[in-house]
Amino acid sequence: MSLITQDAPGRTVLLMGNEAIARGALEAGAKVFAAYPGNPSSEIAGSLSSAADVLNFHVEWSVNEKVAMEVVAAASFSGLRALCSMKQNGLNVAADFLLNLNLTGCRGGLVVVVADDPGGISSTNEEDSRIFAKLSDLPLLEPATFQEAKDMTRWAFTLSEDLELPVMLRSVTRLSHARGNVQLDALPRSEPKAHFETSRPRLAFPPVPCHKVLHQKLDRARAMVESSPYNFYKGPEKPEVLIITSGSGWMYSLETVSTLKLQDRVGLLKLSITWPLPRNLLLKHLKQADAILFVEEVDPFLENNVKELFAQHCMDIGLKRFYGKATGTVPSFGEITPEIVTSALGSLLKVSHEPRPAEYAEKAREAMTGLVPARALGFCAGCPHRATYWAIKRALALDGRDGFLRGDIGCYGLGMGPSGFFQMKTIHAMGSGAGLAAGFGQLERFGLTQPVLAVCGDSTFYHAAMPALVSARYNSSNFLLLLLDNSATAMTGFQPHPGTGRTATGKEAPRVDLKAIGEALGARVEVADPFDLNGTTEAILRLLQQREGVKALILRRECALLRSKKQKKLYTMDVDQGRCLGETCGCNRLCTRVFKCPGLRWDSATGKAGIDEAICTGCGVCAEICPATAIKKEVA
Amino acid sequence: MVLAKDPFNVIIGGVGGQGNVVASQILGQTLVDKGYVITIGETYGASQRGGAVMSHLRVSAENPCSPLISEGQCDLLVSLEPVEGLRVLGSYGNPGVITLTNTRPIFPMGVISGEVPYPEISEIIDKIRQLSSAVWVIHATEIALEMGDPIYSNMVMLGALSTIGALPIDRKGFQLSISELLPSQRLIDNLKAFDRGAEAVERL
Repeated sequence: MSLITQDAPGRTVLLMGNEAIARGALEAGAKVFAAYPGNPSSEIAGSLSSAADVLNFHVEWSVNEKVAMEVVAAASFSGLRALCSMKQNGLNVAADFLLNLNLTGCRGGLVVVVADDPGGISSTNEEDSRIFAKLSDLPLLEPATFQEAKDMTRWAFTLSEDLELPVMLRSVTRLSHARGNVQLDALPRSEPKAHFETSRPRLAFPPVPCHKVLHQKLDRARAMVESSPYNFYKGPEKPEVLIITSGSGWMYSLETVSTLKLQDRVGLLKLSITWPLPRNLLLKHLKQADAILFVEEVDPFLENNVKELFAQHCMDIGLKRFYGKATGTVPSFGEITPEIVTSALGSLLKVSHEPRPAEYAEKAREAMTGLVPARALGFCAGCPHRATYWAIKRALALDGRDGFLRGDIGCYGLGMGPSGFFQMKTIHAMGSGAGLAAGFGQLERFGLTQPVLAVCGDSTFYHAAMPALVSARYNSSNFLLLLLDNSATAMTGFQPHPGTGRTATGKEAPRVDLKAIGEALGARVEVADPFDLNGTTEAILRLLQQREGVKALILRRECALLRSKKQKKLYTMDVDQGRCLGETCGCNRLCTRVFKCPGLRWDSATGKAGIDEAICTGCGVCAEICPATAIKKEVA
Repeated sequence: MVLAKDPFNVIIGGVGGQGNVVASQILGQTLVDKGYVITIGETYGASQRGGAVMSHLRVSAENPCSPLISEGQCDLLVSLEPVEGLRVLGSYGNPGVITLTNTRPIFPMGVISGEVPYPEISEIIDKIRQLSSAVWVIHATEIALEMGDPIYSNMVMLGALSTIGALPIDRKGFQLSISELLPSQRLIDNLKAFDRGAEAVERL
């Protein structure tokens, strides 16, 4: 259950940053929400799904971020407040529309939330999406606290309506996927009526006059941000070092200044509206300090923009020394940590800091390195992907033409590592495995003899792989696409998608059938169960050896985590200790050394395999791989 | 009860899928209801996929804090898995830290595949003792398994936490958060797990 829909003004609750953003939109009276799941943004729309009927709003998982943005733009054009949310990669998908939407402007408040992932904690990149605000001439808000996440989201709708422009709100993992106190305000009970004013068409044409109007709006925004209470300064009048920071950098900087007891020497200029820049506020504080340190994630967005402002005004404000990513004072990649800020400030002001006694630190590190084994990421116990990769590995080995797998992001991306037997050899954007396969499938005439095999998840197929299939069919490419249908967008929290027959709010929906789409696109489509290792291996091998055309094999088996929520174990597993030959078997511990399901354990005392009953989900697959048939499955 | 320190830094460490995030959320909401300002940073990008997971929970009487605890600044460690406790102490421990740990291991892939050993539990606990000012242990997974589902381990741990006196929390507060945040059909079992944890925790 979520706390975000409580109509309890004044109550303080613990909210995740993403929930705070969602709550802010509800307090603003937003009526339409659309998103495609992607961490760290998923819970913004996800947390709203249970309240849509009670509070009368629409929330949907759109097929991708561009469609999500178009869906909310339609609401805005019709006078409703609306919000779309996505992760940083998602903004790339939606950018084509965004860079037209900025030209047509909007009517009802329209907020585009982008949650970036510094450090790439749950992403393939750590792209800084703020550059898109500058690129599209749109206001950019960067809340730094949980309370600000809620309050600034609510305010973003007002700003959007004042400017008739979409407003971009940028979060990061340490806000979106963190929790803190948030005091709730009232939920409005307005019921606005949607209507599109035909006298006010939304045409991104002709471009130049539209661009001119956009710049006029941005000039108005510039005046508004100067006086915003979300940008403020804390510190002495003339600090030795002025830290300019935004977002997550604010709390780290604040805490470091306090830990190092530098309150009298360091000033903090916290910007929560970072585009357009509050020029006058910045110039005022730049004048007061000679050394400036930038603390921000990930790219030097503020750093470069402030330097640009400085270049324009340096005759008035005097020479400065700038420290940040350009000087290497702060790393130009990875997420910011409190230690990074401590080290940066310590080196600038020659302050040393010992976080714990050196002797203890050495002992603790020694214990960690000596005793604590690394914990590699891997598929969950009972995950159908492990079985799928087992079959892929076998089929490619039997095929014998040095075939390899192209893939993309999702749980199944772990196919690049040990629990997917290192099968996946390319990972890029959503759907890129299929697109690359369409390209590899054209290379036979240039001597490529390796068979072309790609993998993509069910949700990913709808999001980004369908065009690759259309293009491949049209251009007579030749490859096999494995569609891993686990009935959910598993990586991001099991959100439903067009193939699941459920909407974001759990209502029944028409099932957009994978097989029917594949067939309609002219592919030869088959379906197999990954838990049937032999059947799946055989199907992959057979389809790989068909030379012509686009083939798709749907590997259908529900995500193990979803399955365990709904039903008990399929099988009770046991290792027959009499049959397990252990080290003498000749299999070289195939079950634990190679298959490596976390539900299996190797007992070094007895030299035999066993089952960990706390972890095993009873999928039964390991029984198929044991050459001594020692692993037994019994219907549970 | 006055906080021993402000902010008082709690780390809940474990392995993806152990209910680390839920435990931190329930503990956090319980403390918010008591009037504290809580900040929780969570590392759970790959949480369900066998990775090491930590929640950094910071308790203050007045101020929000940064979502990440700095090196060496953990005051209370709640470890859902033994080596994960040691992993946390390696970076965040200090001579004053109080540790509560579960005793049941979850083997990393490298251990399952035989590439690296998993240390003896007694050796881990011994190291944890050397690195903590006080240590409490509980066989949380075994209790949860007796109840029929390992999923209850995190509630057992919270029950244990409620009695060791490191935080201003009690059963009543937990009951409120659990009933507000978790599915109602599991309320009775969650509370049972909580109570069993409170009874079974042992100080070393």
